[in-house]
Amino acid sequence: MNNWFAARRQRMLRLKVRREGERPFQPRLSAGAPVFEQCPRCHKAVPRAQWEKNLLVCPACGFHRPVGAYRRLSLVLDEGSFQELDAELTAGDPLAFPGYGEKLTGLRRRTGLREAAVAAKGRIGGLPAVVAVLDSRFLMGSMGVAVGEKIARAAETAEKARVPLIVFCASGGARMQEGILSLMQMGKTAAAVTRFRDKGGLYIACLTHPTTGGVTASFAMLGDVTLAEPEALIGFAGPRVIEQTIGQTLPEGFQRAEYLQEHGFVDAVVPRGKMRDTLALLLRLHQKGGARRDAI
Amino acid sequence: MTRSDPVTPAQRVALARAPGRPGVAGAVKALFTDFFEHRGDRLCADDPAVLAGIGLFHGRPVTVLGTRKGADLEQNLACRFGMPTPEGYRKALRAMDQAEKFGRPILTFVDTPGAYPGLEAEARGQGAAIAACLARMSTLAVPLIAVILGEGGSGGALALAMGNRVLMAENAVYSVLSPEGFASILWKDSSRAQEACEVMKLTAADLLDYQVIDRVLPEPAGGAQADPIAFWRTLDQALTEELRGAARLADPARHRQRRFREMGNSWLNAGKETR
Repeated sequence: MNNWFAARRQRMLRLKVRREGERPFQPRLSAGAPVFEQCPRCHKAVPRAQWEKNLLVCPACGFHRPVGAYRRLSLVLDEGSFQELDAELTAGDPLAFPGYGEKLTGLRRRTGLREAAVAAKGRIGGLPAVVAVLDSRFLMGSMGVAVGEKIARAAETAEKARVPLIVFCASGGARMQEGILSLMQMGKTAAAVTRFRDKGGLYIACLTHPTTGGVTASFAMLGDVTLAEPEALIGFAGPRVIEQTIGQTLPEGFQRAEYLQEHGFVDAVVPRGKMRDTLALLLRLHQKGGARRDAI
Repeated sequence: MTRSDPVTPAQRVALARAPGRPGVAGAVKALFTDFFEHRGDRLCADDPAVLAGIGLFHGRPVTVLGTRKGADLEQNLACRFGMPTPEGYRKALRAMDQAEKFGRPILTFVDTPGAYPGLEAEARGQGAAIAACLARMSTLAVPLIAVILGEGGSGGALALAMGNRVLMAENAVYSVLSPEGFASILWKDSSRAQEACEVMKLTAADLLDYQVIDRVLPEPAGGAQADPIAFWRTLDQALTEELRGAARLADPARHRQRRFREMGNSWLNAGKETR
């Protein structure tokens, strides 16, 4: 019976990953369609199959391409353990901002996502956790009311189940189109993860490209442990704004994951291929502190 | 401003930014007898863009916190026109800890375009410093009353404004980003800032509707800067009432957590509950 459920959950996750429709994984429409896909950074032509095998990391230059939320979950969760939380949660249009509603509809169709965040219960290395993931393809992973609520609920679900909370951040910050209520989500999420941590829960923040603005200035920087993907841009103000303010170009590598680590804000820069093992290790090391094996 | 002469959001933005707009330094002089200023973050520096201290408010010690723009050009530059660095926010954190330790309510006065977007500010963790302020405010055991006096710009403003109650001057503005930044991000055209003022819903009346703030402080004709004494009198009265109300809170931290937990939730389309 358990196996049947696990298989069903795995099928569901695979389906959702497929619906994300990321380019290297789209079916070739005709015999003439390219078999290779260029690396956006080093421009090397890489076979599509190799992109997938290499978890969307360029085999030539190590460039980490953005990953959709469901694919990210499929990369870290144990097979058959995925159970989505609040899948249908969305928010309205508080500013009645021109074009916002249509934009959301279009993005939902194109990305297979309901919102810029996906939350799920699952297991990593056999240990239970709640994992939330932001997706930069959905309005730059910006945090509006629905995203803030999903993160807060993820923390509450983790607290209730007494399991660790893991959040993969990828966001341009607060969502402009929802105005001041987006800003208030910073308070909501910061309070929620703080409460979870104060109750003894383990919160791991994984910063991926890009993590900026109001997300950096709230839950992204409040982890018990902070991990980052190589070369991810992480900061509060965006590089262009800083250049305009100080009137000079920024040094190479500024605000990148390695720079943040050098300056004391990141515990480890973890390549995508090592992320699952690193998370499993951290969960094992915290088994007494919040992670209870039988909780989910 | 009379009822028959409505002020547009763009005019309020101009009033909120006008030189001579009452700020935290003025509030310290007008509202508190006896004042001792905290300086420095105990890590590396002192940022004058954040003012922190202990004052007596009607004979009762309170912790005062605020963002400061400075009164003349020299001060403006030292305060980066009211844009704090991480050192400023870490000074604020220290003042919050002190307030909790000694059981003092906290009054914050906000007037900032936002946190300073500079190279050193990033290197020292601007985002982490603001996040730490938000986290700290969510657990403070003492009441916190926030007042938006002029500009409430983005996370740099919220970093001092997670209040049990949030008050806002009638011509103050509070927004996710400056109208210029908003127009530049969404329309790739910062010259459409006027238009942004209209759609952003950044006035006190709008934010009262969204339940982001709890109380609007009326200003004299021409704005608080036209008659600061009248405005300080209004603020003094309001803070007296708010502190009296806050003293009745059984658990100010929980109250603040609940207040922010609800932010925007009336706009949620929940679908089916999965918890």
